[in-house]
Amino acid sequence: MTALDEIKIGGLGASRRRVEDNRFIRGKGNYVDDITLPGMLHMEILRSPVAHARIVSIDTSKAWAMPGVRLVITGETLAARNLAWMPTLSYDTQAVLATDKVRFQGQEIAAVIADDPYTAKDACEAIVVEYEPLPVMVNPYQAMEDGAERIRDDKENQPDNVIYDWEVGDRDGTERAFAEADLVSKIQLHYPRSHPSPIETCGSIADFNRATQKLTVYMTTQAPHIIRAAVAMVAELPEQMIRIIAPDIGGGFGNKVPVYPGYVVSILASILLEKPVKWIEDRTGNLISTGFARDIYLEGEMALRKDGKILGVRMNCIADHGAFFSDAQPSKFKIGLLHSAFACYDIPAAHLTARGVYTNKAPGGVAYRCSFRVTEAMFFQERMVETAAIDLGMDPAEIRRVNFVRDDDFPHRTAFGFLTDSGQYTKCLDLGLEAIGYDTFRQEQEEARKRGRLLGIGISTMTEPLGAGNSREFDILGIKMFDSAELRIHMTGKALLRTGARSQGQGHETTWAQIVAHELGLPAEDVTVEEGDTDTAPFGMGTYASRSTPVAGAAISMAARKIRAKARKIAAHLLEVSEEDVEWELGRFYVRSRPEQGVTIQEAAMAAYSNMPDGMEPGLEAIAYYDPPNLTWPFAAYIAKVEVDPETGVWDVLRMVAVDDCGVRINPMIVEGQIMGGLTEAYAMASMQYITFDAEGNCIGSNFTDYLLPTAWETPGFELHEVVTPCPHHPIGAKGIGECAAVGGPAAFVNAVIDAVKHLGVKNIDMPVLPDRVYEAIKTGKDVSGAPPVRTDG
Amino acid sequence: MGSLFEVVPADTQDEVPRRRVTVTVNGTPMSAVIETRLLLVHLLRQAFKLTGTHMGCDTTHCGACTVLFDGKPVKSCTMLAVQADGHEITTVEGLAGPSELHPIQEGFKEEHGLQCGFCTPGMMLSAKALLDRNPDPDEDEIRWALSGNLCRCTGYQNIVKSVQWAARKMNPQQGQEVSE
Ligand code: FES
Ligand code: FES
Repeated sequence: MTALDEIKIGGLGASRRRVEDNRFIRGKGNYVDDITLPGMLHMEILRSPVAHARIVSIDTSKAWAMPGVRLVITGETLAARNLAWMPTLSYDTQAVLATDKVRFQGQEIAAVIADDPYTAKDACEAIVVEYEPLPVMVNPYQAMEDGAERIRDDKENQPDNVIYDWEVGDRDGTERAFAEADLVSKIQLHYPRSHPSPIETCGSIADFNRATQKLTVYMTTQAPHIIRAAVAMVAELPEQMIRIIAPDIGGGFGNKVPVYPGYVVSILASILLEKPVKWIEDRTGNLISTGFARDIYLEGEMALRKDGKILGVRMNCIADHGAFFSDAQPSKFKIGLLHSAFACYDIPAAHLTARGVYTNKAPGGVAYRCSFRVTEAMFFQERMVETAAIDLGMDPAEIRRVNFVRDDDFPHRTAFGFLTDSGQYTKCLDLGLEAIGYDTFRQEQEEARKRGRLLGIGISTMTEPLGAGNSREFDILGIKMFDSAELRIHMTGKALLRTGARSQGQGHETTWAQIVAHELGLPAEDVTVEEGDTDTAPFGMGTYASRSTPVAGAAISMAARKIRAKARKIAAHLLEVSEEDVEWELGRFYVRSRPEQGVTIQEAAMAAYSNMPDGMEPGLEAIAYYDPPNLTWPFAAYIAKVEVDPETGVWDVLRMVAVDDCGVRINPMIVEGQIMGGLTEAYAMASMQYITFDAEGNCIGSNFTDYLLPTAWETPGFELHEVVTPCPHHPIGAKGIGECAAVGGPAAFVNAVIDAVKHLGVKNIDMPVLPDRVYEAIKTGKDVSGAPPVRTDG
Repeated sequence: MGSLFEVVPADTQDEVPRRRVTVTVNGTPMSAVIETRLLLVHLLRQAFKLTGTHMGCDTTHCGACTVLFDGKPVKSCTMLAVQADGHEITTVEGLAGPSELHPIQEGFKEEHGLQCGFCTPGMMLSAKALLDRNPDPDEDEIRWALSGNLCRCTGYQNIVKSVQWAARKMNPQQGQEVSE
C-alpha cells in the first residue's frame, strides 16, 4: 500500500486549476444582475447633485404619473416607518434617504420602482427637488475651522465636525526617545481618497413573500451573515425569516462590506409591493456614494541614532470620513489598525494620535484591499523609513536591516502592542535585492545620471496583521470576529463543505477543498464547496481583510480533524483493534503492527452510515467555529525599479520584484494571482488612481474617464519570489495574503521615483505620483504635496 | 412573451417608438420587438437571456460588455440594439459548443487568467478578435489589444499568458508547444 500523493489528490501545495472557472469561462456565472425572478420590478435611485444643502421640497407627482411606475419612495416614506436613518458599522448613523438635508454629492434622495429599469430612470429625472445651499467643506481642515457649518446637525452632542480623537502608544517613552536622538526625521503625507471599484457594481434583489413571511435578498455582499443581522435589527424582522444570498460576486475589495441605502430601500420596496425588486447601481452611483478608502493626512517624525537605529516614532493623522462615519472596522480601534505600523522593526517607543472629521463627501472609509487602515500604516512606515535613510545618508536597504526584528526574536511585542510571531525579514529583503541586481545598481544609477537619465529603486518591506480576530480584541458592532466551517462526508466518501466566508474571486471553491484533501486524504474534486447563503452556511463574518484563509480556512481544518477523530474510532471498530493501535496516513487508517491492514477514509465514511460501533452516533459530519489565537503576520519585500523622464515627469516601471512570505501556500497558483492583483492596485494608487473634489463638492472621479484604473497596457510585469515561514498558530501554517501587495506595494513605487530624483533635493511627492507632480519636483527641487489647498480646486 | 399575445400593464401608452430587430446571435437568428432606445447589452442580457455579457460601467470604459459585432469587438453598452439589426453578434456563450471549450477559454483556466470572472467574457472576446487577425501576437500586441478591457483582480499578467496559451494551442507550429 503506497501512501497517497498529496499533490495528485489536489491537497496542500497543488496549483490546482480552479473549479469556479468552469462556469465563468462559459459565461455561466450567476451574479446578482443575472438573476431574474417572476414579476420582478426595477429600482433606480435619485441622487443629490449638490454636496451640502437643506431640502426645501421634493415633488414626486410627475414621477408617480408616469406609466409603468409602481412606487416612489422618499425619506418621508422611510421616516414614517422609522427607517430614514440606519446604524453604520462604526456606531454612527447614516441617512438611508435624505429627509432634512443632503450632506454629500451623490447622496440618496428618492427611489423609483417601475416595470423596467429605463422607466425607473426616467421617473427619477421627473422628480423635482428644491435645495437651499449650505457652505461646503471638502477637506477636514475646512471642516475644523472655527464656526464651520455643522454637517451632522441631526446629532445631539455633536457641537462641531470632529468625530473622534484617539491615541495609542507610549507618549512619555516616545518623548524620551526623541530627547536622546542624534537626528529627527520628519515627513508629511496625504494618502488620497481612492475607490475599490470592483468591475461589478453593487446591487440587490429583495423578494418578500407575504404568504411565508420570508424575505430573501440576493445581494453583492462580502459578509452575508452580518447583513442578515443588520437587516434583522434595522427592519425588525425575525432573523430566521431573512435569507441573504450572496451569489457570484464580481470583485469586492472591501467595497461590498457595508450596508448601503440601495439595499435597504429595495427591501422596503419589496415588502410594500410584495414583489421582487431589483436594484443595480450604475458606475457613477458606485463611485460617488459607496465605500471609498484612505483620504488621510499623515505627519510624523522619527528619532534616529547616527548608526540608523530607530529610537522612536510619532504619528499624527487626520482622517476625512465624509458625511457619515461608516468605516467597516473592529469596534475597538477608531482609526483601524493604523497602529500596526512599524511592526517589522524593533522600535522601543511609539505614539500615535488620530482625529476623525466629517466633511461633505461620500462616507465609507472601507478597507480597500486592506485590513482596516493597514495600507495607510505601511505606506507611512515605508515612506518614513525612506526619508530617514535620506536624512542619515544611509543606504535604504541597510537602514531596514539594522532595524528589522531578528528571526530569533519571536514572539515580538511591537511598539504599539501587537504580538508578531514569525518571519525571516532579512532573508526576504536580500532575496529581492539580489533578484533586482541591487549590488550593481548604485553604479548604474550614477552612470545613468551622467547621461541625463534618472533611475531609481524603491524598497518597501513590511509585516502586516491579517485575519481578524481573535475575539478578545476584534468585533464588528459587538459581533466577535471568528469564522466557521461545516463539513459533511457522504456515505460514498464525497463531501460537502460550507463556510461563513464568501469568495469574490479568491477561489474558495478550489482552495477550501484542498484543505479537506490535506486533512482527510479525500481527493479535492470529491469536495463541493458552498458559500454565501445564510440559510445553509454556518454563521461567519465574511471575506475581507485577508481573513478567509487565516480564520475560515482554519475552521475547515478543525472541522476535518473532528471528522478524522470520529473516523478513527470507526476504523478501530472495523479493524477490530483498540483506537490506540490505529495510525493515520493521508487518506487511510492502519494497524500499527500490521500496516497492510487498513481502512480508507472512504470506507470509514461508508461504515459511519452502515456499520458504526455500538453506541456511536451515526453519520460523519462536523462543524467548527474557529476563534484564532492571534492575527497572522505575513511579510513582504517589494522592490521597484523605475526610470523617470526628466523632460516630462513620466515614469516607467522597469522591473517589479515581489518576495512574499505568507506561510504555507495552499494553492500557489492562486496565491500568486492574489499577489499580482494586489501589485496592480498598488501601482494604480501610486500612479493614477485618486478621487478629488472641487470647492463645491463635485466629485472629480465619478466615472472611469476621471477615475483612472490601469489597463493591461500601463500595468507593469511582475517577478514573484517566495519564502515560507509557517504561521505557528494556524492549523496548516498559512497566513493571509490577499491584500499584502496592495498594502506594501505603493511605497515601493513612490520610493523608487523619489530615489531617482532625491539628488535634486526632493524627498516627497504625494500620491498619485502624476507626471505633472514629478515634473514640478524636478524643476523646483522641492517636495510636491497633494494636500489642500493645492488640490481642492480640482 | 408568447407569440399570440403580450401582457402589458393596463396603463401602457403606445406612443413609445418600437421596432423589430433581427440579430444573428452565436449563429442563430433571434428577433425581438424593442423600444428603439434599448441598448444592445440589454437586448442580449434581458431579452435573449444571455447573461454572460456583463456591464461594469455604462460609459465604454470597462469592456465587460464586449461582444463581437461581425467579428469585431464592440462595447455593447454603447451601441443601440437597432444598430445590430441584420448583423452577427458573438457572445461568450457562442465561443464554443456546450461540451467543448474554445482554446481561449482553456487558456484562461490553465493560466489562472481570471479571479472573480466578471471581466472574463469581455476579455476573452477581445482576445478572440486579436487572435483571429493576428494568430501569433507578442506580449505588447496582446496588452494593447486588451487595453479596452479593465480587470481589477488579476493584474493582467496571467491574462496575457492565457492568450499566449491559446495562441500556441491554436497554432502549434508557431512558438513553442503547449505544455499541459
Ligand atoms: S459596461 Fe460597456 S464598457 Fe463598461
Ligand atoms: S477577474 Fe475580476 S475583474 Fe477581472
